[in-house]
Amino acid sequence: MLASVRDWGSPMTATANGAGVPSPAGDDVLLEVRHLVQEFVLRDYGGAKGGVLQAVSDVSFKLHAGETLGIVGETGSGKSTLARSVIQAPRPKHGEVIFDGQDLVRLPYRALKSVRRNLQMVFQDPFSSLDPKWTASRIVEEPLIAYGVGTRSERREKVGSLLERVGLDAARYGSARPRELSGGQCQRVAVARALALEPKLILCDEPVSSLDVLVQAQVLNLFEKLRTDLGLSYLFIAHDLALVKQVSDRVAVMYLGKLCEIGPVRDIYRQPLHPYTLALLDSIPTPVPPAGKRDARSVISGELPSPLDPPSGCRFRTRCPRAQELCAAEVPELRALGDGHLVACHFPLSSGRPPAAASEQPDAAGARGGQQGGGNLMRRRSV
Amino acid sequence: MAGLLRDRGRRPAAAGTTADSAALASAVGLPEARTDSSPLLDVSDLHVTFHGRRGRVYAVQGISFSIGRGQTLAIIGESGSGKTVSALAVMGLLPDSAHVSGSIRFKGEQLVGRSEHDLRAYRGRNVAMVFQNPERSLNPTMRVGTQITEAVRCHLPLDREQAHERAVELLRMVRVPAPERRFHEYPHQLSGGMRQRVVIAIALACGPDVLIADEATTALDVTTQAQIMDLLLDLQSQTGTALVMISHDLGLAAAYAEDIIVMYAGQVVERAPAGELFGSVRMPYTQALLDAMPRIELEPHVLLPVVGGRPPDLSAIPLGCPFAPRCPGVQQDCREQPPRLAEHEPGRWWACWHPCGTGAPR
Repeated sequence: MLASVRDWGSPMTATANGAGVPSPAGDDVLLEVRHLVQEFVLRDYGGAKGGVLQAVSDVSFKLHAGETLGIVGETGSGKSTLARSVIQAPRPKHGEVIFDGQDLVRLPYRALKSVRRNLQMVFQDPFSSLDPKWTASRIVEEPLIAYGVGTRSERREKVGSLLERVGLDAARYGSARPRELSGGQCQRVAVARALALEPKLILCDEPVSSLDVLVQAQVLNLFEKLRTDLGLSYLFIAHDLALVKQVSDRVAVMYLGKLCEIGPVRDIYRQPLHPYTLALLDSIPTPVPPAGKRDARSVISGELPSPLDPPSGCRFRTRCPRAQELCAAEVPELRALGDGHLVACHFPLSSGRPPAAASEQPDAAGARGGQQGGGNLMRRRSV
Repeated sequence: MAGLLRDRGRRPAAAGTTADSAALASAVGLPEARTDSSPLLDVSDLHVTFHGRRGRVYAVQGISFSIGRGQTLAIIGESGSGKTVSALAVMGLLPDSAHVSGSIRFKGEQLVGRSEHDLRAYRGRNVAMVFQNPERSLNPTMRVGTQITEAVRCHLPLDREQAHERAVELLRMVRVPAPERRFHEYPHQLSGGMRQRVVIAIALACGPDVLIADEATTALDVTTQAQIMDLLLDLQSQTGTALVMISHDLGLAAAYAEDIIVMYAGQVVERAPAGELFGSVRMPYTQALLDAMPRIELEPHVLLPVVGGRPPDLSAIPLGCPFAPRCPGVQQDCREQPPRLAEHEPGRWWACWHPCGTGAPR
């Protein structure tokens, strides 16, 4: 039963999830999220309904096998909630999460548990996501025990090879507890644990944010190596756009529970269409010669509005330098403005092509013309 | 500015001590600066050693730097390189187990070996610090306004009402919207960026000459980070405060600081003006940091060049260069003799026997 670590994606995993229903969206799509909504009801004193926190609102995307989708956004944009909704912890309020041909939202718990072996998570802080009293080997072995994989000696052998795979000397670190390991080593243990059940998709929730630059680069390279060696897919969440570019094939930008823009990584970075994406890109401090330092940078002011009472229409309009009346009145739909490049904005940044959905807004061209002058509303600074 | 804040106006920061700050100095009983050109804060050959049960840890091994009015200095390094310990030594906030030697001069006055009582008067009014995690530096059970007035009244002879006025003024200065209302709120009611603004307001409460920002924006989003850094630099140009930023992010340091110090294993390994450093890195460690940074210019799925290994154990002073075990260009002499930090080119200091990019044999 126990496949060797190198034989990834062996028939074992295919049979393990039981139902061999072919994916309706084609073989290539590993994960499809359709109109996902996650809300949390806040309670006041006495259990009265205090408000509805709209954490994720109507998010749809596809993830192909072997692909890495990066998700960026500020704190509170719903990135982590999205990942948790995908693994059904907790289950989303509406929408579909189709993984390997099955809709996880409607799957009973038992079946869901067997699907989850293909769907693992790596969290931000390795110290708080690993049990401080357990040794590294036991942490990595736990999922194997939980899913009843192999005999004890087989498991032990597998744990050893997993630790080696993530770059830890099993003989030396196998019996170490998290506090005896550095942050990077702990994160490697967390990755080994995620790999133990030979998943198809790993959801990484800011996996390197708490690490130092050199260690971060080591762990990023590890993710990259595992992807090429094992053909893994990643949903890679981070708030650092440069980091996301490093690992991703496609990037999705989230703002206050909504998807702003999604597209191939090169397009997003070369030609961002959503003003929020541009603002994020401009916020990255880069070592540039002082002559051009901090010139012509757009820094968005203000803060994320409350998800309890999101702005009407486009949620970014309260901070957007290009906002018009239409933005308050109508929710912008995601529309394609290029090959696989989708944006949810009434007045996207110049794309060089006519907007595909221009017919919906007869005044769009005129409004855009007026928008060019409004471009200087974006706070430009020079020091 | 309520007339209380040290208002050096928008004059060039380098103008330094003239009538108003001198008047303020005498008003609050500060010794006046000796000369204009002398550095505000001058640290030389600072050593910090922790004496623990398991032996000694040489956390800082002889670092030197100085900073003048209106200057911005960045201290860069990995966790455990001694950045924060150096900052805490300057603040006089190290625990009793730390043995500090060397010299820390503020406006010419020696601070090493001063009593806690003296240091208490010096902190806040002269040197203030902003920490990484605003949640941990604010008291969750106190309203933010009270926390600011506490800092104000601790150091300045103001009554309750004046302190309130000053606190609201400070909140406005750090661009907290609706400062009168925020004054009465608790830290949990504020977002991370707002909390950090409050911490900055507390640090600026008594108009310090030197502000140390220890990873002040690390816990924040990039957009908020840009806002906070712009705020700090704006405040600096208004008040002429010297800013010491401690960070592990080379990009941040390059974008905002004038001078950069790179620390490794408790030592300064390179020092250069920010504009020059990234064009021509000399110390292989700085190069390694730079290479390991994910950058927008890079293509996706490119493996980052990384050096293996870990920083050395600081419980023993290494025989040779501390970076030698990890250095890609290591040679025999690196392991035998530690290179001293020296000014090899005007403004450029490094501690390496075989620096990159000089044509020297590697």
